[in-house]
Amino acid sequence: MHQTALIERHRSLGARLIPFAGWEMPVQYQGLVEEHRAVRSAAGLFDLSHMGELYVTGPGAAAALDYAIVTAPSKLAVGRAHYSMICAEDGGVIDDLIVYRLGEERFLAVPNASNVEAVAAALATRLAKFEATLDDASMRTSLVAIQGPRAADILGPLVDVDLKGIKYYSGTEARVGRIPVLLARTGYTGEDGFELFVAWNDALPVWDALLAAGADRGLVPAGLGARDTLRLEAGMPLYGHELDRETTPFEAGLGRLVNLSKPGDFVGRAALEKAKESPRKALVGLRMSGRGIARIGYPVYLPAATDACGTVTSGTPSPTLGFAIAMGYVPPDHTAVGSALEVGVRDQRVSAEVVPMPFYRRST
Amino acid sequence: MDIPDNLKYSSEHEWLAVNGNKGKVGITAYAAEQIGDIVFVDLPAVGTKVTAGKSFGVIEAVKSVSELYAPASGTVVATNDAVGKSPESVAAEPYGGGWLIEIELSNPSEIDALKDAAGYRDMIAGL
Repeated sequence: MHQTALIERHRSLGARLIPFAGWEMPVQYQGLVEEHRAVRSAAGLFDLSHMGELYVTGPGAAAALDYAIVTAPSKLAVGRAHYSMICAEDGGVIDDLIVYRLGEERFLAVPNASNVEAVAAALATRLAKFEATLDDASMRTSLVAIQGPRAADILGPLVDVDLKGIKYYSGTEARVGRIPVLLARTGYTGEDGFELFVAWNDALPVWDALLAAGADRGLVPAGLGARDTLRLEAGMPLYGHELDRETTPFEAGLGRLVNLSKPGDFVGRAALEKAKESPRKALVGLRMSGRGIARIGYPVYLPAATDACGTVTSGTPSPTLGFAIAMGYVPPDHTAVGSALEVGVRDQRVSAEVVPMPFYRRST
Repeated sequence: MDIPDNLKYSSEHEWLAVNGNKGKVGITAYAAEQIGDIVFVDLPAVGTKVTAGKSFGVIEAVKSVSELYAPASGTVVATNDAVGKSPESVAAEPYGGGWLIEIELSNPSEIDALKDAAGYRDMIAGL
């Protein structure tokens, strides 16, 4: 089991640690709901060092990534980032990624912890015929995120750059004190926030500096539990839940990412062109109108139907909204907002309604 | 950790307050703390028969579903509707307003198999 550079700090902060994707990670500190609310109203501090960092560099790096993943990183301006996916030849999702363009010939792809090896292997194969080099820096890079409406106010005085100049989905080299960081305005919570990529052992001083700076502004350490309920409210998919090898980006409602108009071939293009026209399922947001909480794997039914028509992929009581929400796959012709469905919760059928996602959207 | 002396305890962390041929059932403060933010409690209807050691309902936290196990067999004669409306009361007052069901005991000798407060305290000290 891997441990991040912050493991002792998590212990001293009273974290409950769980195994996650081969890492021992904090699932919560003082309490999931408290941490969730802190991120919505003030700010939360996350250790995301389990996530991967894959650098792709060289004169052919942009072309190589255009071939390897579904978006066109060659169109990114230096300093900008976008959300993307890497698919198999059959169109199934290998992982979802954030791709940063750090220089003309230098990119950073950030995969999920559980998929670092699969993504690195796929990229290595796909880059072979380009003038591009893959460097898996995952085990020498720590990642600390500060998320929430007060994130910029807390982080601002600690860095040598003006945060106003960093747009959402941008990244820049900066320093926290003397520590060099790659500072990105990205996140997975539905709030404004920043992710700080640092050298492995720099995580602790950065973490401590942020926590100290935010102590009187409501900043709290937040675990993977709150991260999951926050991303779910924000309607963001999680690999292994909404995304997997059996699912195409179109089915997951993320077909807009797939750039079928980019020149040249890319891995999965033929399958994805077909998948666009013939999705087998569609992801919907559900609001539980009856009493019960839908959770992963629970069956979804058309009202009064005997056989299930779909499956819940994620579900939770929503701390912000005060009712239970879920995502799940249903047949493509049952996605209309307002449609009535039922979820099998143990031996009961609980009524649910298709609602638009995201479930929660920040006001500013 | 609050473990009242007047109650009996199961190894599944339920308590039983015996009163004649009836017994009130709830979960211990230790169990409530382990479960975390309790958001949903699903209890059986009055009249349901429950069996010692078998599930009679569920208690859900944000990220978990936990079965509730009957500490003794019998028939449900009352349920605590208040925890349906405010599930957080299970953790706030596990031995008071957060009780779950009351059963009419069908086999009172089962109580002898339950732990007293000292025995339960020893058990959780070893967890």
